[in-house]
Amino acid sequence: MRRREFITLPAASLGGLLLYSLAGEPLRMHAQTGDVRVPLRFFTADEARVIQAACALIFPSDESGPGANEAGVVVYIDRQLAGPYGRDKYRYTKPPFVDAAPEYGYQGKESPREIYREGIVKLGKFAELSAPEQEKQLRAIEKTIFFRMLRQHTIEGMFSDPMHGGNAGLIGWQLIGYPGPLMSYRSEIDKPPGETKRRKPVSLAQVVGHPVIGWEDEKD
Amino acid sequence: MERLKPVDIVIVGGGFVGLTLAKEITARTSLSVVVLERGQPRKTSDYIDQMDELDHVQRLRMMQNPADETITHRHSERTSAIPVRQYGSFQPGTGVGGAGEHWGAISSRYYPDQFKLATVLREKYGTARLPENLAVQDWGVPYEELEPCYWRAEQLIGVSGKAGNLHGTRIEGGNVFEGPRSHEYPNPPHKLSYAPSVFRKAAAELGYHPYPVPTATLSQNYTNPDGISRPACAYCGYCARFGCMIGAKAQPTNILMPVLLKRKNFSVRTGCNVRRVLHKDGQAEGVSYLDDASAEMFQPASVVILASWIVNNARLLLLSKIGTQYDPATRKGTTGKNLTHQVVQSTRIFFDASLDTFMGSGGLGISISDFDGSQGVDGYPGVLRGGNIRVMTTGEGPIASFGAMPPGEVKSEWGSEWKKAALAWHDRSVVINSEGEHLAFRHNYMDLDPTYTDKYGDPLTRMTLDWTDHERAQGAMLTKVHGEIAKAMNVRSAGANSRLLERYTVTQYQSSHVNGGAIMGASPDTSVVNPWLQHWQIANLWVVGGSAFPQNGAGNPTLTILAITLRSADALVDRYLKHPGALA
Repeated sequence: MRRREFITLPAASLGGLLLYSLAGEPLRMHAQTGDVRVPLRFFTADEARVIQAACALIFPSDESGPGANEAGVVVYIDRQLAGPYGRDKYRYTKPPFVDAAPEYGYQGKESPREIYREGIVKLGKFAELSAPEQEKQLRAIEKTIFFRMLRQHTIEGMFSDPMHGGNAGLIGWQLIGYPGPLMSYRSEIDKPPGETKRRKPVSLAQVVGHPVIGWEDEKD
Repeated sequence: MERLKPVDIVIVGGGFVGLTLAKEITARTSLSVVVLERGQPRKTSDYIDQMDELDHVQRLRMMQNPADETITHRHSERTSAIPVRQYGSFQPGTGVGGAGEHWGAISSRYYPDQFKLATVLREKYGTARLPENLAVQDWGVPYEELEPCYWRAEQLIGVSGKAGNLHGTRIEGGNVFEGPRSHEYPNPPHKLSYAPSVFRKAAAELGYHPYPVPTATLSQNYTNPDGISRPACAYCGYCARFGCMIGAKAQPTNILMPVLLKRKNFSVRTGCNVRRVLHKDGQAEGVSYLDDASAEMFQPASVVILASWIVNNARLLLLSKIGTQYDPATRKGTTGKNLTHQVVQSTRIFFDASLDTFMGSGGLGISISDFDGSQGVDGYPGVLRGGNIRVMTTGEGPIASFGAMPPGEVKSEWGSEWKKAALAWHDRSVVINSEGEHLAFRHNYMDLDPTYTDKYGDPLTRMTLDWTDHERAQGAMLTKVHGEIAKAMNVRSAGANSRLLERYTVTQYQSSHVNGGAIMGASPDTSVVNPWLQHWQIANLWVVGGSAFPQNGAGNPTLTILAITLRSADALVDRYLKHPGALA
């Protein structure tokens, strides 16, 4: 059993309190500093800081709105990697592993966990670099499987239901005007653009009225 | 291996095909029917907690797990095959209801000339002018004989649409090119969302014949002939790749299981993975399978029906050493031949306003068929058959749709500039989409992979499949029309993704409409099953489903699969069970 590691996220930067989106996990609010300590399931604290910094470059917090930091994308990625997806429970992993044309997709042996671990090692002291240096380093690895995964996972962490650990306070859905999994648009489906209702987003747990767990949390 | 108590009929696979057969047989006989399904049980009430894009669209939670069993693919016999490690250009289903739980529910009929395509093409062009390796065949059943089965299937699933041809009279507003129907659709068309309505107007102005895409999600509350009532669609957008949480979309669990569970002569066993059909002296004796606890069972039966997914029907025949493997060099042998997929082409178009593309349902939209079947192909050299052209709002999730923008907007795929553009273009696009007929060719087939195995150590199915000049010419024709319609719609077009047709690409989703491998036909020399889907060599073995298609029609195959399944059930019950033996 590894030592319990945490990532500390400033509550002020989060899109609303993460509390309900982290249901089932012990959370420590530091009232004086306004920090939220989120227990990590896969990353070490140092690894989480590297991933957090990289995600913030991919989906930045800037004048066009909040980004990966506010959505807690690093928490989302940590949970995916800790779960069955991270260890390739749903990928064909029998050998032989051969070099194949790009249209066959990722054919390697390494699981997402291994790809992240290796990618983070190569990024070294990334979290401590200046923003231009960080950008330069990410541009250099743009074509790697690690970066393609990280970019895809960042988008997933922005816009997936908060049950998965990202999209904190539904900030990703607010950003794009997505209302969440609503049950009916019968009265609106044939309306022209601009004549439909604008809604405050709701999560699946709010829609169904009870907690819902993602696939990553299912027992084997 | 434990020998179980014999049953009358064992059905392999609990999807639309297997459960439809079970419903027909148990309604009309007192014979015992057991369905063996390798996946898990499912029911409508499971689905509301599953309205989650990440688990269902990105992680494909309802699909067969490729870690257990996948396929391998190669482009030609000259190259070695590569395993599909993650789906993929198609997505096989599993569990009770199979892919029928998470389908899009589009339910068109095939054209009458599809069922005698070899004859039609030979008469029109002459053998010398057809591609040398073309392998299309007649189905062995004319459209006129299938029409009553199509109508039964449309009532069973409650298709919403508008007829374009009733008893030979063309009706504007429906698909005027379709074959004659005996009845109007059971339900009227759906309300129309905005983007398809713009497409409809533009297509009509260009002189084409737009019609509502027929779909088995309900436009109104409906009770089918079995007394099963379902509510009208709510356009929640959680449709294809999801089970419908209100039952508006026809699914085996909402139209077949409620009927079957009341029948004493029916049972379904889940978690049972059938690995072999056992046979001796030209008779099937039953099937062997591993149950949930990995215990090996032998289920003896008087009749064995393979109703699993296309790829697995052919695979079970090959693993069981039934019939002869097709050989493209000699064109001899039949099992595995005429593998077809579908030529999917799309053109993304951009509007000036947000479209609320998160609303919708799997088949909500408008289609034209002016370049479908044999329509409109004569001005396009090299095109023998075309495909549909449609705009639908199927319900787009925020993860899958984020980042769609016209090409060249930004240089990078990440960072501030990209984010700003992605936000500005978000929810402003739909695709003009085509699914063309995929003709059978000599070199496209299935056999057993020599290298890769499933979780039990059995060889995987190997697909040898690539596009030919016909698909490229067909794609060019269809996307040219996409461009013409986009212009008339006055929207910005991203152009077509014609790179898809350079080489068959297993990792880019196209459709799950893979067919063939155990095809039907008029002769045992050229087909695996007879026109009633009974195996030519083993009279008490039936192989039912899309595996029987000699080639692929345009659009979605499920309705045609249901029609040939009902015809097969009739032959089994009314003829075979009364006088067991080869039907003629």
